[in-house]
Amino acid sequence: MTLLRLTDHGLYCEAGDFFVDPWSAVDRAVVTHAHGDHVAWGCGAYLTSTEGAGVLRSRLPPEARIRGAAYGAPVPINGVTVSLHPAGHILGSSQVRIERGGEVWVVSGDYKTDPDPTTTAFEPVRCDTYVTESTFGLPIYRWPPQEEVLRDVNAWWRGNQESGKCSLLYGYALGKAQRLLAGLDPGVGPILTHGAVERMTAVYRAGGVSLPPTIHAATLGRGTDWSRAIVLAPPSADGSTWTRRFGPYATAFASGWMLVRGARRRRSLDRGFPLSDHVDWPSLLAAIDATGAERVWVTHGFTGAVVRWLQERGLDASAVQTRFEGDVDDDAAGPEDEPAP
Amino acid sequence: MRGFARLYTALDETTATGEKVAALAAYFRSAPPADAAWAVHFLTGRRPKRLVSSVKLATWAAEAAGIPPWLFEESYAMVGDLAETITLLLPGSGVSSDRPLAHWVEERLLPLRGQEEAVQKEEMQRAWRELDRWERFVWNKLITGAFRVGASARLVERALALASGVPEGAIAHRLMGGWEPTPEFFARLVAADVRDADISRPYPFFLAYPLEGPLEALGEPGEWLAEWKWDGIRSQLIRRGGRTFLWSRGEELLSGGFPEVEAAGALLPDGTVLDGELLPWADGKPLPFAQMQRRIGRRSLTRKILADVPVMLVAYDLLEESGEDLRSAPLADRRQRLAALLAATPSAGRMMLSPSVPVPNWQAMGDARGRARELGAEGLMLKRLASGYGVGRRKGDWWKWKVEPYSVDAVLMYAQPGSGRRAGLFTDYTFGVWDEGRLVAFAKAYSGLTDGEIRRVDAFVRRNTLKKHGPVRVVKPELVFELAFEGIQASSRHKSGVAVRFPRMARWRSDKRPEEADSLATVRALLTRS
Repeated sequence: MTLLRLTDHGLYCEAGDFFVDPWSAVDRAVVTHAHGDHVAWGCGAYLTSTEGAGVLRSRLPPEARIRGAAYGAPVPINGVTVSLHPAGHILGSSQVRIERGGEVWVVSGDYKTDPDPTTTAFEPVRCDTYVTESTFGLPIYRWPPQEEVLRDVNAWWRGNQESGKCSLLYGYALGKAQRLLAGLDPGVGPILTHGAVERMTAVYRAGGVSLPPTIHAATLGRGTDWSRAIVLAPPSADGSTWTRRFGPYATAFASGWMLVRGARRRRSLDRGFPLSDHVDWPSLLAAIDATGAERVWVTHGFTGAVVRWLQERGLDASAVQTRFEGDVDDDAAGPEDEPAP
Repeated sequence: MRGFARLYTALDETTATGEKVAALAAYFRSAPPADAAWAVHFLTGRRPKRLVSSVKLATWAAEAAGIPPWLFEESYAMVGDLAETITLLLPGSGVSSDRPLAHWVEERLLPLRGQEEAVQKEEMQRAWRELDRWERFVWNKLITGAFRVGASARLVERALALASGVPEGAIAHRLMGGWEPTPEFFARLVAADVRDADISRPYPFFLAYPLEGPLEALGEPGEWLAEWKWDGIRSQLIRRGGRTFLWSRGEELLSGGFPEVEAAGALLPDGTVLDGELLPWADGKPLPFAQMQRRIGRRSLTRKILADVPVMLVAYDLLEESGEDLRSAPLADRRQRLAALLAATPSAGRMMLSPSVPVPNWQAMGDARGRARELGAEGLMLKRLASGYGVGRRKGDWWKWKVEPYSVDAVLMYAQPGSGRRAGLFTDYTFGVWDEGRLVAFAKAYSGLTDGEIRRVDAFVRRNTLKKHGPVRVVKPELVFELAFEGIQASSRHKSGVAVRFPRMARWRSDKRPEEADSLATVRALLTRS
């Protein structure tokens, strides 16, 4: 039985007449998380986790109809039972479990299994068919322990201070920036933010996530001594005129892509910190295994490699061409909105 | 290995030249001379000869990582660097090596040569078990012989000068030509007494910058020497101690490859160094560079090839006369001596003074540049008559002023991922022009776009792939680029019937639709102009 199929608008559950993360406006959307490639504007109704409702609200026009469901709570839709389960990707991210007549499908959305203090931990869900992302689905991607990475970030910050340089740390404005913030040592110096990061951080705080204090960089005047500060900004800010105010500075980008030198070098960054909100290769395989699924649909990322690996292990695996993009800078808020006074 | 791996990391982690030089200098001050010698060897781009084939390395690494060969291939395609791919795939070792670099090179790496495959494999896997992540990476780099870390030979020279107090020019000279990376060599390299000599050693080449701004900004035309800019092999011809040496700018000893020029060089007085250009030359004019390529890399020069493609050394400069280093003398003086020397030396038509181009005023200079192509030259060189012969590429005294390149609007047909810092991105493109309603591939180009443009083309390729042939994507013919190139020749080996020299992307013509791109007939018409 097929509970989902791919249409021009996205993954569609015909029995329940709803879409999961559609990429164009439909009547009813179940949303795994609020990153731009998973949210379409103009849908008739949105269902997302209670934890993630605030984040989604901040990304949609005020008139959008958003309903929140607690993790694990069954939501009947036209005879199909839908429930949301933590995906560990960003605040409120969910896997979508769909059940009808004993048949269970799970759509992973984006997910990670590593701990993250800013979001509820990933929870494996048993199913017959698992629709999984594969953003980092190659064995070269194995995340170093995050304590190590965060220690390096703080050490880099201190080192820059010693040489009189401001630290510009790039991370996606929704999710990565807050995870970084939670890992920064506020004892080192002031933590400043780009407007896009500040907005999403406020949404996290309103959602009950406790984070160190931040100062919106645009509220500080020209005479500020930036050399002791770290500035959290989306990667799209790199090379923009907005960064000039910080005087001498060093740049770094926190992303899973930074594990490969070429990815860092072609951006001409000083440092790359391999910190990702997606599963790495071993975690991806372990997560697939834990579902007990016999059929696996592999979406955005290294679909070919993951499908072949699974097929060689006897699973019924196939690639599904969605329009999800995985780890991309979709939070670009453009240039900083408010000029410095 | 730990110290050298740390240096590698430090160089890799900064884009600031000053920090790179500081890291290198700190290493040269503290490393044992045996290690420092090897470090100089590798960092100045001297490659260890490849000891183990890439295929074997990949196989052994995949085995050690517990993955099938196809998955290794997929990973390699993403990373674009074999040494790094292996490093990323191997399981963690939990150890690090404090054995010196010289030990790893001399006791572990070099002995791999000529070993049986089984021994090589065991040795490789043993090395991987003894090294941590960055050490492994450096080790793999040494094995694969592709040792690049964004530190140019120039930076290494600066760092050595900083660490030793020896002038940079002396360091650069000592690094030219052939040497063995021994502790004794390193001691000589940083020795304070700079009167050392090695009869085969060339001087560092002085290079020109592309002209910036208007000619008028150069001042008085009378202060400048104008020469044709030739497209050949820039070389130094050395006659010392009764022997003749011919070096390329890539510090490759060319001796043996150009017997006619060397024979002429043997007639020069002892203690002479000429700077010039090797050109295939007949009937008072250079032949296309493609003719030269027929001679390069040939194991034996037949009588036929020597007759078909005779080579001439067009001499630009005199760097040494009677054993005296003339580089600080003004160009006017050097050129006068060069002319006198060549006039007094029988050369059987294998050496000539680079002709000067008369330029009474800047207008005449522009006109001369317009004639360059007819003469088989790439443009003009402008050298300040008062200038000394410097080291490396410096602005101010020597400028190159090339003719405007040919340009053609072509359509992107195929794309292929790059390697190194372009790994995982589609950066290598094939372009086509129209021929009876069909696109015919006519040039490949890799350079000319900004990083931002590359990312946009990459995204286009991913969304508009029509077919895949291995790593090559056939894309929807939609994007138009203006391609620039330096030369064009008829070619029976290319489907389009033409071969172009140094093609690159001059501009992304997002204002043009694919059907507005040029036709093959237009491209072929350029043949008659060249």
